[in-house]
Amino acid sequence: MTKKLTPEQIQQQKPYLAWGLSEKEYDYISQRLLGRLPNYTETGLFAVMWSEHCSYKMSKPVLREFPSTGKRVLQGPGEGAGILDIGDQQAVVFKAESHNHPSAVEPYEGAATGVGGIIRDIFSMGARPIAMLDSLHFGEIDQPRTKYLINEIVAGIGGYGNCMGIPTVGGETTFDPCYTGNPLVNAMCVGLMDQADMQKGRAQGIGNAVMYVGAKTGRDGIHGATFASADFADDKETQRSAVQVGDPFMEKLLLEACLELTHKHQDWLIGIQDMGAAGLVSSSCEMAAKADSGMELELDQVPQREPGMSAYEIMLSESQERMLLCIKKGFEKPVQDLFESYGLEAVVIGRVTAGHQYILHHQGNKVTDIPVSSLTDDVLEEQGTEVMPSRLQQAALQPVWQPTEFDFAATFYQMLQQPTIAAKTSITQTYDSQVRTNTVVGPGSDAAVLRIRRTTKGLAMTTDGNGRFVYLNPEIGGKLAVLEAAANLVASGAEPLGITDCLNYGDPHDPEVYWELHQSVKGMAAACRALEIPVISGNVSLYNETNQQAIYPTPMVGMVGLINDIQKYETIKLKNAGDKLFLIGTTTDDYAGSELQKMLQHEISGQLADIDLKQQVAGLQQVLHAVQAGLTSSVHDLSEGGLAIALAESTFATDLGLQVTVPLTDAQLFSETPGRFLISVAPAKVAQFTELMQDKALLIGEVIPQKKFELKTLTATYQLDLLRAQKLWEDAIPCLMKSKA
Amino acid sequence: MKKVRIYVTYKESVFDPQGETITTAVKSLGFPQVKEINVGKFFDVTLLETADLDQTIAAISEKLLVNFNLETYHYQVLEEQK
Amino acid sequence: MRVAVVVFPGSNCDIDLYEALTSVCKVEAAYVSYQQDNLAGFDAVMLPGGFSYGDYLRCGAIARFSNIMPAIQQFAAQGKPVFGTCNGFQILTEAGLLPGALKQNDSLKFVCKTVALRVENNQTVFTNQYQAGEVIQLPIAHADGSYYADQETLAALEANHQVVFRYATENPNGSLNDIAGITNRRGNVLGMMPHPERAVEQLLGNTDGLRLFKSLLAGQTIKEAAH
Repeated sequence: MTKKLTPEQIQQQKPYLAWGLSEKEYDYISQRLLGRLPNYTETGLFAVMWSEHCSYKMSKPVLREFPSTGKRVLQGPGEGAGILDIGDQQAVVFKAESHNHPSAVEPYEGAATGVGGIIRDIFSMGARPIAMLDSLHFGEIDQPRTKYLINEIVAGIGGYGNCMGIPTVGGETTFDPCYTGNPLVNAMCVGLMDQADMQKGRAQGIGNAVMYVGAKTGRDGIHGATFASADFADDKETQRSAVQVGDPFMEKLLLEACLELTHKHQDWLIGIQDMGAAGLVSSSCEMAAKADSGMELELDQVPQREPGMSAYEIMLSESQERMLLCIKKGFEKPVQDLFESYGLEAVVIGRVTAGHQYILHHQGNKVTDIPVSSLTDDVLEEQGTEVMPSRLQQAALQPVWQPTEFDFAATFYQMLQQPTIAAKTSITQTYDSQVRTNTVVGPGSDAAVLRIRRTTKGLAMTTDGNGRFVYLNPEIGGKLAVLEAAANLVASGAEPLGITDCLNYGDPHDPEVYWELHQSVKGMAAACRALEIPVISGNVSLYNETNQQAIYPTPMVGMVGLINDIQKYETIKLKNAGDKLFLIGTTTDDYAGSELQKMLQHEISGQLADIDLKQQVAGLQQVLHAVQAGLTSSVHDLSEGGLAIALAESTFATDLGLQVTVPLTDAQLFSETPGRFLISVAPAKVAQFTELMQDKALLIGEVIPQKKFELKTLTATYQLDLLRAQKLWEDAIPCLMKSKA
Repeated sequence: MKKVRIYVTYKESVFDPQGETITTAVKSLGFPQVKEINVGKFFDVTLLETADLDQTIAAISEKLLVNFNLETYHYQVLEEQK
Repeated sequence: MRVAVVVFPGSNCDIDLYEALTSVCKVEAAYVSYQQDNLAGFDAVMLPGGFSYGDYLRCGAIARFSNIMPAIQQFAAQGKPVFGTCNGFQILTEAGLLPGALKQNDSLKFVCKTVALRVENNQTVFTNQYQAGEVIQLPIAHADGSYYADQETLAALEANHQVVFRYATENPNGSLNDIAGITNRRGNVLGMMPHPERAVEQLLGNTDGLRLFKSLLAGQTIKEAAH
């Protein structure tokens, strides 16, 4: 342990620079906010609370562009998670969070604690977590390190979620070299609640108790938040200490105890918040700040796992499975008893006070005495500098890549084996996707669907993040990310309600990165406005770089939709021989950023065609109406690999085949023009369906009872082997994971 | 006070998939001389009272630490303190 | 008929059993905490899946010392039906109510999928609504479901027709003799790794588990008629 420096030594030696606080910020804090030099503990608190991870000081100006209001919004951004009205006095609660940096360093625990953290955000709102989704982006499966990361991250997600008894129902996994040193692990949790049970993270009412519940505090994860806000270099192996270890059993008990408190004893409770990033300091000062209260804490009361922890360590520890409560004075004992019945410790560590000071006592000394708002609201926002990346300026001058020299059949089989397209069953079947018996559609469809017990309704949910498109054009890529998520929900028969996001980018001080962030948020915001859906929660993960190599700018969109009649959900699988096949939407030569381009060129390039949001949204609405009217037998949104892959996928795990004639070139079968669907329709419903879709639906063939795939393009006719196709698709990832390369 | 380490392993007849996987991995790392690796777990138990040590350890093991359908155990005394 | 669904710290399929019984089968059921010590008024006891005590040490090893366990032992000794699925099965073996033990899957991984099971014995209170030799589909979701017993125990299980469910096409975990579910000698205690309670509604895509609950109900009706 470092010997504590005096305020003057801190001023001279500037240890805060290593903790991520700039000289300008330090001077502003001492001269303007405090009028004195901060001591060691206070400097540490400022360093962590003013980090990008806690304060969003650089991303805030950009995030304001998101629409966050709407008639369904019961809680927008700013709390543990956002809440939307779904009728019947019920609400859906959701949020996504990244755990990229911890997962790169210690993949099992990094991923597990990412899951644990997002679950706490949901139940801190008073909701029962009902589903998890994970958006994972890895490097190519050709290096032992990547295989290790995949195995451990997947095991960590399963290890935590399975034990909690929350089904992991969906998500996505993609592979690109830019994620090799910096995998993305974004976890989304969805909760369901009665609106009457809504909670907030607030500490108010002079004399009310601040209570600590859950696991003891140790030295794990100190400066995790600032660690998440600094980029990686290979020589920083010592950062290993910053990763925490998860205890899902403890969290399960904490979940049940907190839900009992929030559902049955609202008269005891003022506020509740998860101790997430920056642990006790962020949860306590945010709870005080949101209620404009003062707070005084006795750190000796904090349950500690290790002896000799300093005030600084106690406040900054990111030990997992802890919650902070504000309890009405006089109800401390019943709260303690409630938690004790679950085998958990609940301890009064302080009180809400008059005034606005944040005061900490430790071992008889007052170690902190600063205004609450200085840690939260007074953070200096940093307006980033923006420059359009030079690669995009150059791209405009280069000829557009078009696939030539085509062996269609060979390409078809090879495409199915690309890990981004191939079956993810080897990953998803290590997650319990069914526990709590509400999962109507689990992993492997366009979106997951859960029924809501004792109603006729269902919820559909998906995550989407295509970094390739955002890399080629951040604004259009941002629009596409939101539209793709909406298309997935619509294909399942759900009306999109709102989104959460994880914005994964490189170092925001790089003007090109900041420009990408701003442009893609602009695109996402425009798409949200066109769909009339709000952004209700989210997180920003910056500094995703290894040795100055940034990832693709990758905004992950988590979207939730409502199905009014759960009997009318839809899946991608063909159902009946004789059903007619329709292609919805026009197909053009769109290969920039496509899976085909990546496979053939080993890199992506080119320009994206701009999209007409109004037209896209109208198209989505038509498809949704068709599904809601019960006119469809199957619906599959076209994404990576285009029509050819969608056709193949719709036959997998069925006994059916296809007879298809398309007015497209061989290459266009792999084009990734957005806004398209593959829909099968029973003959009796074709007339009604085509009338509803107007000129948008193109009849391209029929579902046949034999397991074969006959495809006629403008170029030639092909007989494709579906059993072989399915086997290649299923075996691709397991084979790559086993290969010695 | 005494610190005792109780080792719990699968009985010899029981297939140990973890051990087999690790054996394969170690061999592939360039250790062909490795014949077999078996995985077990150990418990460090600090005892205040050490009369009837054998019996105490046997009782703890039988009652909780060991599943005798699969596992067996042995122990060693790590350190003694006054 | 009144069924107790026992809840241990870390149980997480308790709601699934409860809803299968109450919402789907319209049977009266109640959650019973591990801290309780009696089962008076219940006609059957069910131990749900989950991760009691986080599966720390061994699955089910700590749960078997719960307050409720002597009552379950006594309940079983009276010949009343006791059913454990997944973690419930693990607890029943740890408690000695069923022979053998459940080890980590051969794959070393958690596996959640639907598997084919053959009904090997339809003469039990849990399986009388199935055909003998019938192949059904049920979901599994576990990391430690590899059934192990010594050769003598296995031979006895087979000789007494205590193997009630066997994996029919693939063995997903390495269980000896492809064992998926067994009863005690008397036939009133059933433990199985698959989850019949997850397969009771068409909306969720599978109803093959429903007849397990109906079997119990049918047995009850016959018993009541005989009175």
